[in-house]
Amino acid sequence: MSTAAAPAPLTTLARVRHLRCRECGAEYEPVAKHVCELCFGPLEVGYDYEFLRQTVTRESIQGGPLSMWRYRAFLPVESPQPIDLGTGLTPLVRAERLGRRLGLKRLYIKNDAVNMPTLSFKDRVVSVALTRARELGFTTVSCASTGNLANSTAAIAAHAGLECYIFIPADLEAGKVLGSLIYNPTVMAVEGNYDQVNRLCSEVADRYGWGFVNINLRPYYAEGSKTLAYEVAEQLGWQLPDQIVAPLASGSLFTKIYKGFQEFVKVGLVAERPVRFFGAQAQGCAPIAQAWAAGRDFVTPVKPNTIAKSIAIGNPADGIYALDIARKTQGEIQAVSDAEIIAGIKLLAETEGIFTETAGGTTVAVLKQLAEQGKLDPEATTVVYITGNGLKTQEAVQAHVGHPLRIQPQIASFEGALERARTLERLDWQEVAI
Amino acid sequence: MAVKVLIPTPLQKLTNNQAVIDCEAATISELLDSLEAACPGIKARLCDESGSLRRFVNFYVNSEDIRFLEGPNTPLKPGDEVSIVPAIAGGC
Repeated sequence: MSTAAAPAPLTTLARVRHLRCRECGAEYEPVAKHVCELCFGPLEVGYDYEFLRQTVTRESIQGGPLSMWRYRAFLPVESPQPIDLGTGLTPLVRAERLGRRLGLKRLYIKNDAVNMPTLSFKDRVVSVALTRARELGFTTVSCASTGNLANSTAAIAAHAGLECYIFIPADLEAGKVLGSLIYNPTVMAVEGNYDQVNRLCSEVADRYGWGFVNINLRPYYAEGSKTLAYEVAEQLGWQLPDQIVAPLASGSLFTKIYKGFQEFVKVGLVAERPVRFFGAQAQGCAPIAQAWAAGRDFVTPVKPNTIAKSIAIGNPADGIYALDIARKTQGEIQAVSDAEIIAGIKLLAETEGIFTETAGGTTVAVLKQLAEQGKLDPEATTVVYITGNGLKTQEAVQAHVGHPLRIQPQIASFEGALERARTLERLDWQEVAI
Repeated sequence: MAVKVLIPTPLQKLTNNQAVIDCEAATISELLDSLEAACPGIKARLCDESGSLRRFVNFYVNSEDIRFLEGPNTPLKPGDEVSIVPAIAGGC
């Protein structure tokens, strides 16, 4: 693992100024606190950008670790050795075949389906949250999760030797439950939807004093998503894309990609350029897309009913901020049906060799919808964020993929099957042609 | 029997560090006044200048978000549990 030759003086005091309320501006010490005591607004980490401007260069970043921690200067931790399981620096894939299918000339996939260690972008946020949790003295960590976050918190807590409690809705996909249990946390499967799990966890966090990555550690945790912006900028040769499409659950990821791009401009690492932000939701849980369609600047909660469980948040904490970003960047927020989500998963797999989960299917389906509506500039650099891995949500596509051709270990049996397969393929093509 | 109200950490300075408060109220609106009488200053934290509930605070009656019920007019009966929960939590 490579390390920076001359580490910059990265103390929290130097870089992180405070936690600041996004609504009323009240400031707090950088402790485990996520809401403003005065108005309940969300707290955000504020940095000393002038200091960052003077100390961070493209070269200092490139000389850093081959993980998201190369951007440590922009993350709210002070440890010289953050928890690093090789998270981040995932491929930015030029998607020529999918691009041709959709009529987009410069399409890229940011592929966090292969993020480490648990195959979703959540490893980014959890790495930051647990590093900060350790700094703040927590020995027990926890989360309210739709599955991916549970996997990530359990794995990274195991690596860091932290005690771990996981709260998930009881009806999650089997792969996501197993993918937490293997790390041996205590898993509470709550009989309710994610929003109910979340409320319960807010109460548990109050009562038990544990470090909940997405509750009392949320200001730190959410900052981890900024690395999805930094990496894309670096991988595009230190420039910003023209338009991005990302899934919306709570809306936090969307707002942090925006913040990440803005920060790189602010400290002079990339040139300023307008980036349009497009958000994707599943119709079965689309409170933000509904608010967008109705032209509202507030979000009315809904009760989720979709196969896209990883983004099924009916009461999205950052929904209003996501609306605001889509609006001010001339983007949009759209929703697609469960059938379109499955088609989106298959389209990405068949054209690009990337198997994503339902959230990624949602994002690809919205990308397709936007392209068909002529909402995307076909000549522009477009980045689609794929945030999770399809092997975790096999139930969603099980009934929609082919099956293997069972044959005897003899050439005649193989050739018979091959003939049948080719005939079926021809029929498929005829269907497409019609 | 009164209504049981769960108070979130940011408000516990106003409730003498009590996490649970018993209140007499027939609706959420009444509950706010009843809380204010017991813990002066708390209503201003839960409501904005116009008297509406702040957008970053959620109320639940027996685990159901009041926005799925009747909002501030949601009726309460003795034994109900009201949770006051900051909206900012969870997800990503």
